[in-house]
Amino acid sequence: MLTIKNLHASVDGMEILKGLDLEVNAGEIHAIMGPNGAGKSTLGNVLAGREGYEVTAGEIIFRGKNLLDLEPEQRACEGVFLAFQYPVEIPGVNNTYFLRTALNAQRKYRGEPELDSAGFLRMVREKLEILHIGDGLLHRAVNEGFSGGEKKRNEIFQMAVLEPALAILDETDSGLDIDALKTVADGVNRLRDETRAMLVITHYQRLLDYIIPDKVHVLAQGRLVVTGGADLALKLEEQGYAWLEDGGIEALETDGANEGPNS
Amino acid sequence: MSREQSTIDKRVEQKYQHGFVTDIESDTLAPGLSEDVIRFISNHKGEPEWLLDWRLNAYRHWLGMRQPEWAHLKIDAIDFQKISYFSEPKADKDRPQSLDEVDPKLLETYDKLGVPLHERARLAGVAVDAVFDSVSVGTTFKKELSKAGVIFCSFSEAVRDYPELVRKYLGSIVPPRDNFFAALNSAVFSDGSFVFIPRGVRCPMELSTYFRINAAETGQFERTLIIAEENSQVSYLEGCTAPMRDENQLHAAVVELIALEDANIKYSTVQNWYPGDEHGVGGIYNFVTKRGDCRGARSRISWTQVETGSAITWKYPSCVLRGDDSVGEFYSVALTNNYQQADTGTKMIHIGRNTRSKIISKGISAGQGQNAYRGLVRITPRADNSRNYTQCDSMLIGKRCGAHTFPYIEVRNPTAKVEHEATTSRIGEDQLFYCLQRGISEEDAVSMIVDGFCKQVFRELPMEFAVEAKALLEVSLEGAVG
Repeated sequence: MLTIKNLHASVDGMEILKGLDLEVNAGEIHAIMGPNGAGKSTLGNVLAGREGYEVTAGEIIFRGKNLLDLEPEQRACEGVFLAFQYPVEIPGVNNTYFLRTALNAQRKYRGEPELDSAGFLRMVREKLEILHIGDGLLHRAVNEGFSGGEKKRNEIFQMAVLEPALAILDETDSGLDIDALKTVADGVNRLRDETRAMLVITHYQRLLDYIIPDKVHVLAQGRLVVTGGADLALKLEEQGYAWLEDGGIEALETDGANEGPNS
Repeated sequence: MSREQSTIDKRVEQKYQHGFVTDIESDTLAPGLSEDVIRFISNHKGEPEWLLDWRLNAYRHWLGMRQPEWAHLKIDAIDFQKISYFSEPKADKDRPQSLDEVDPKLLETYDKLGVPLHERARLAGVAVDAVFDSVSVGTTFKKELSKAGVIFCSFSEAVRDYPELVRKYLGSIVPPRDNFFAALNSAVFSDGSFVFIPRGVRCPMELSTYFRINAAETGQFERTLIIAEENSQVSYLEGCTAPMRDENQLHAAVVELIALEDANIKYSTVQNWYPGDEHGVGGIYNFVTKRGDCRGARSRISWTQVETGSAITWKYPSCVLRGDDSVGEFYSVALTNNYQQADTGTKMIHIGRNTRSKIISKGISAGQGQNAYRGLVRITPRADNSRNYTQCDSMLIGKRCGAHTFPYIEVRNPTAKVEHEATTSRIGEDQLFYCLQRGISEEDAVSMIVDGFCKQVFRELPMEFAVEAKALLEVSLEGAVG
């Protein structure tokens, strides 16, 4: 579904990603872990096409298309969804209206008929029920005055409505208490299916207790330096990231990670 | 040039949609201002002696006044001798008695503007008075309104038919000497609308006046006077357009509102005068004095304005809260694009006890537009337990525009409570990217963000005009954003 080859990207002239390779298949959940400043969020922003993130080399193929040729809104319509680390407030814009506009823009792009408000509302209520989220957020302005947990839940809710092919969760766990974390993880798990891929970007292993990834990658110094199974996350939790500095990669690999780097 | 910037420029290039000129024969007075011109206007309208004197007094005072310079505006010098002070569509000597006698071309003009004056207007359920250049060309729904005891007519008719009411209230809240432009208006005002709601009457429909400048090199100087007697209610809306011309044209109006005990006046404006072209050439100078007098206890006056047009806007719809427990409100959206400038805001003068005022101002600047909010909240010593809440938000679109806030707060009563909140935001790249990432196009995203920003004001407008205002804002911003 997603193939990234030798990706180099810079922000303000500073190279952040330095030759990143990644292959994600439909139905898989990949976790991207790594120390602060390693470029985890940059990867999410580059995939979504945010202005200011300049790709200097490499390619990204998403469902057969060169993603780098597409504008951000086209990428969204092609099925790329980014759950923001810091969801943005849009005062005065009703959350339901916002989401319906987004969904209909995407449907139009794909040549599907737009949903009227009644049809949309029916669908939205079904999703809320599946996610166990109350309908309170339907009546509020987009993220305005939402608590940190509500914002993250709203991201998952949007994801459920837009049904993306590739969902990128950028530090969705940051700032959440354990209950909110469980709700969010539970939502993600319910959206998990064989047609959809997810990229879970996180600093801590904690989220991966609830969202079990198929693969875990460690992003450091602009590259994916280690790849392993779900248990790799536990190792990282125990050992931190410091070992990356002193040649610990090999130790970690031989220490039970069931797959080699970039396998 | 960034992507945002280029879309901004694209939208800025959007053309003004009401810029057509109606080819109609007009009698237009030669440019120039003198006592003779004033005598001509007054005589032409068959005005009583006292009104001529009133005009002449205003004029003599105006001669000694100077154009104010305190606003955050760059105004090219205005040559008051180059303006024609009166223009009316040529018609038979007798004014048309009904709309059927109005020149079809005029009716067509109003149709084009989306203000049908003819029978069809009945469907809309809004009574309309249309002012074309210097004169009122027709008022709809007159009969229905008079059944309720409501007077809604042109100012000239009011002078003729209800002189005692006009004399009692004219200039009672905006005196002829109030300021430079009010004095000029008092001297040369040609027409406008007059509304009288008698005691205990709730006006059965929305009242509306549509102003249009058509003739070249003319100024428009209308006067609106609205009187709401005890325990009455009225909602009034004005709209404005003008053709595209290279010269600047002057519009200096005066609006006076008087609310007696328990009366409620809601005054909404959708101002869409020609703003000038993308290089700042032409456009209307909109220098307007609007003031409401909450004269009676528990009266309420609410101003709502959506200002998207004009090259320069200088305007401060205000409330004098004289009656105890009276309430004044001001809701404003002011948009400046290209080289437009606006210095607008309000004054809330608290005199009565327990008076309350609320100010919600939303300024949007795009292109090289300059937008200033200027507001005065004055609590006088008598005004025990008065309260004011002011919220003043500015949004910048692009990097070449400006937003400025000049709040003046004078509190001379220790029991008063005054709150002021102000924010300035650049239309967030973050907000924009968030919308794009959900699949929403740039243009739709900007409309949505701006609409959300203005929501608090739009919801104060009568329903049908809220839709118009929203559409107008989108058109005015088209291309402005990215």
